Amino acid sequence: MKRSLDTILLIAAGLIIWQLLHMAVPYALTSPAGTAVKAWNMLNSATFWPHAAETGKAFLYALLLAIAGGLAIGLGLGLNRTSAEVAEPILVSVYSLPKVTLYPLILLIFGLGVPAKIAFGTLHGIIPIAIFAMNAVRNLAPVHLKTVKVLRLSRTQTLLTVFIPGALPEIVSGLRIGFSLTLLGVLIGEMFASQRGLGYLIMNAIGLHDVPTIMAVIAMLGIAAVLASAFMLWLDHRLHHRAA
Amino acid sequence: MNSAALQPAQSAHEPSKDVHAEMRGVTRVYGGDGKTGGVQALAATDLRLRRGEFYSVIGPSGCGKSTLLDVLAGLSRPTTGEVLFEGKSIDGRVPEGTGVVFQEDASFPWLTVADNIAFGLRRAGIDAAEIQRRLDYALKLMGLADFAKSYPSQLSGGMRQRVCIARTLVMQPRIILLDEPFGALDAQTRLIMGDELLKVWRETGATVVLITHALDEAAMLSDRIGIMSARPGKIIEEIKTQWPRDRDSRIAANPAFGEITARLWSVLRDESLKAIHQGNKSSAGLA
Repeated sequence: MKRSLDTILLIAAGLIIWQLLHMAVPYALTSPAGTAVKAWNMLNSATFWPHAAETGKAFLYALLLAIAGGLAIGLGLGLNRTSAEVAEPILVSVYSLPKVTLYPLILLIFGLGVPAKIAFGTLHGIIPIAIFAMNAVRNLAPVHLKTVKVLRLSRTQTLLTVFIPGALPEIVSGLRIGFSLTLLGVLIGEMFASQRGLGYLIMNAIGLHDVPTIMAVIAMLGIAAVLASAFMLWLDHRLHHRAA
Repeated sequence: MNSAALQPAQSAHEPSKDVHAEMRGVTRVYGGDGKTGGVQALAATDLRLRRGEFYSVIGPSGCGKSTLLDVLAGLSRPTTGEVLFEGKSIDGRVPEGTGVVFQEDASFPWLTVADNIAFGLRRAGIDAAEIQRRLDYALKLMGLADFAKSYPSQLSGGMRQRVCIARTLVMQPRIILLDEPFGALDAQTRLIMGDELLKVWRETGATVVLITHALDEAAMLSDRIGIMSARPGKIIEEIKTQWPRDRDSRIAANPAFGEITARLWSVLRDESLKAIHQGNKSSAGLA
């Protein structure tokens, strides 16, 4: 009860600050009410949905690839102490590379269109998922590893019945971060050299100085991302709480 | 229980002479190249465990008690020497028939109490009816029947340790090794858990090896107690208690309990002082 009140107060404060900023720089920021009206109109227009579907499709594929690739890399490296120690600094330095600088290369490799966006989204999400999965396996309780030996489990049994469930809370934390970074990657990909998608809508609106459209797209993406993130945070808390 | 039943001389429980597990000149060195450097945790240690006996190992902190257990269980290889279980040499793998309970909570937080206890049985491919039978028995024996569907995070430390003991005993081990299993529990819970352990020992007929730092625990639970020296540890003295097989923590009222505890302490005190002295020396060396 207290928590939902806190949430409401936080949203209200955000809206008030937004309104004040709008009054300070009306040419750069649409008001909350104006944004809501614009967003509603867009949702009811036929031209909006193909763009949303394009972004949704690219994001879905990118996320699936990032999760599958990230878990395969992370679990594989985590199971071997030496490979994990070698891989960690490499992964971390690749992760800190500003990936937008690689976008021209991605475009050259994949060409204009959906595959480049998917690849760019995957590139953003895969490394944090891999790092979290790797550390999740490395941080398994030593007493659980001893228990595995005492119970004489096979390698497959160990992986499926101890390593994966034991690492799951950390893996979900990684997925939560991978989710938002993958979305970021897809949107950045759509902002350049693209003719479709929500990222394109934003760039196109900048060219037309159509501030309400920019604000409406940001608001819709923001709400979708916050809801998805809240769901994963809930899952995360549940898994961590259970493990506590 | 009347006091006559507690008189050791009248109803002493005589363990069999049959050697169940044995350590022959076992040493263990951590780090180094095996010849120079590294820390020697175990000096040449000999230990003969009789089938069905309750044996405790007591020693000053850092003397290598846990190392002894790890090597005896097959969790870690001896640097030199040999470990035998039921006449066969064990080499780097835990042999079938060995159960181990650790000091840390080893329950799986993602499984219910019942699933934790049945975990090893399911992986071993035992049929469902037999699993259920052993599970019901273990839940009842360890007083966990009302918590079968609870998760470990909903239980106290003592209850979680019961889960770990239950998970071990359903595998029907012929030897149960316990590494300070009650170390993290409060004094009263420890006494109760000691009684539970005696019950498990009697009911299963398994050989039990208990690593502990508590004099009273060793004195009241064991048939024999091995006292370890300061690091590098080895067993320097063995004391027989001559308790009856049917006993519990109330045996602390027996005058022999005080004598045994006093004898344990007279040996252990010197070793503990050495261990403390070692600690001072090594920290002085670091400074």
